[in-house]
Amino acid sequence: MVVKVYGTVRSACVQRVLACLLEKEVDFDVVHVDLEAGEQKRPEFLVLQPFGQVPAIEDGYLKLYESRAIIKYYAAKYADHGPNLLGSSLEERALVDQWLEVEAHNFNDLVYTLVLQLVILPRMGKPGDLALAHSCEQKLETVLDVYEQRLSKSSYLAGETFSLADLSHLPGIRYLMNEAKMGNLVTERKNVNAWWEDISNRPAWKKLMQLAGH
Amino acid sequence: MATPVNVYGPAMSTAVSRVLACLLEKNVDFQLISVNMAKGEHKKPEYLKIQPFGQVPAFEDEDISLFESRSICRYICEKYADQGNKGLYGTNPLAKASIDQWLEAEGQSFSPPSSALVFQLAFAPRMKIKQDQVAIKQNEEKLSKVLDVYEKRLGETQFLAGDEFSLADLSHLPNAQYLVNATDRGELFTSRENVGRWWDEISSRDSWKKVVGMQQQKSA
Repeated sequence: MVVKVYGTVRSACVQRVLACLLEKEVDFDVVHVDLEAGEQKRPEFLVLQPFGQVPAIEDGYLKLYESRAIIKYYAAKYADHGPNLLGSSLEERALVDQWLEVEAHNFNDLVYTLVLQLVILPRMGKPGDLALAHSCEQKLETVLDVYEQRLSKSSYLAGETFSLADLSHLPGIRYLMNEAKMGNLVTERKNVNAWWEDISNRPAWKKLMQLAGH
Repeated sequence: MATPVNVYGPAMSTAVSRVLACLLEKNVDFQLISVNMAKGEHKKPEYLKIQPFGQVPAFEDEDISLFESRSICRYICEKYADQGNKGLYGTNPLAKASIDQWLEAEGQSFSPPSSALVFQLAFAPRMKIKQDQVAIKQNEEKLSKVLDVYEKRLGETQFLAGDEFSLADLSHLPNAQYLVNATDRGELFTSRENVGRWWDEISSRDSWKKVVGMQQQKSA
């Protein structure tokens, strides 16, 4: 059964899901949603995702949205196939979950705001709020200092194995480095940089980058 | 008899109270250890050892030290699966997926505007910080749109993730409690028929009443 993923291959949240499906070797079809034309806000799409956002997935009778819920579902469903992205013991799983929450609540908002102000709005011909971007950058430096410390104690965020917690950061960091041109935030930190080099060279991520034309 | 688990932080913190509600639902004994945020205790080296971002709550039991309230809740549900409210995090993968979806909706769509409003309307006055009327208006509009989605959903199911109370509903209690009881924007919830019905049901659970009792004690 092929999983239908609604969205675009360039959306960060869609990439989070596709990276996971590629790691687990789950077949999928991307069903294109024209974000620029506002297709995600139309009634037909709201049936799938009532908040008007991508991604949403359809897998047989299952309909699901929120990228982090989707990746948890598939990582558990195919736990025995491909790399174990969830951790093996209750404690390991809790650490994976903890760092996934850190990504969602301490990391993502800052990166999203930075990219919106410095990249997306200017592309649309609108002025970005530079003061806001600068404030986010400073906060992000503090957050990444914590990551630097953490990654001095373990190879990956939740422990010694690559997990959903690391995977969840891939799209945002790529946007930060390649589009917002803030790669220094990563490269200036020895452990964060080594971690990024490792996780962004995984075959599944490279395959996704090809699909997305990056 | 199991050793009580430790939760660090004040009961009046929305994220701390999220964890307390879960522990009470699961009948897990706990000790609430105070962290004096007014004195900046949460930013001191001792505390940063257990929560490196300097936030509350932090959690410890004999096996693990954890932070991030939603992951603490999930851990408690998994570890104590067979006691208290057994269906809190679902009893099969599909139920769990739906709960995770609505937990994410809470974290990503409900929490940002509701947290901003709780801060501006309930906490800023107490802390003698000037309110930001622009932020209040913007976040009220955002929250209204989110609650419109909830209104439709709660016309289809009893609770957010399905017809049973779950961690997804529980996760909303802290912010909604402040908005309904400590600000004049409670009508965001009470004027919506299904959301109002849902709020009444989830907030009258024994576990939540106990948490509110703890919050009221501490602020004396």
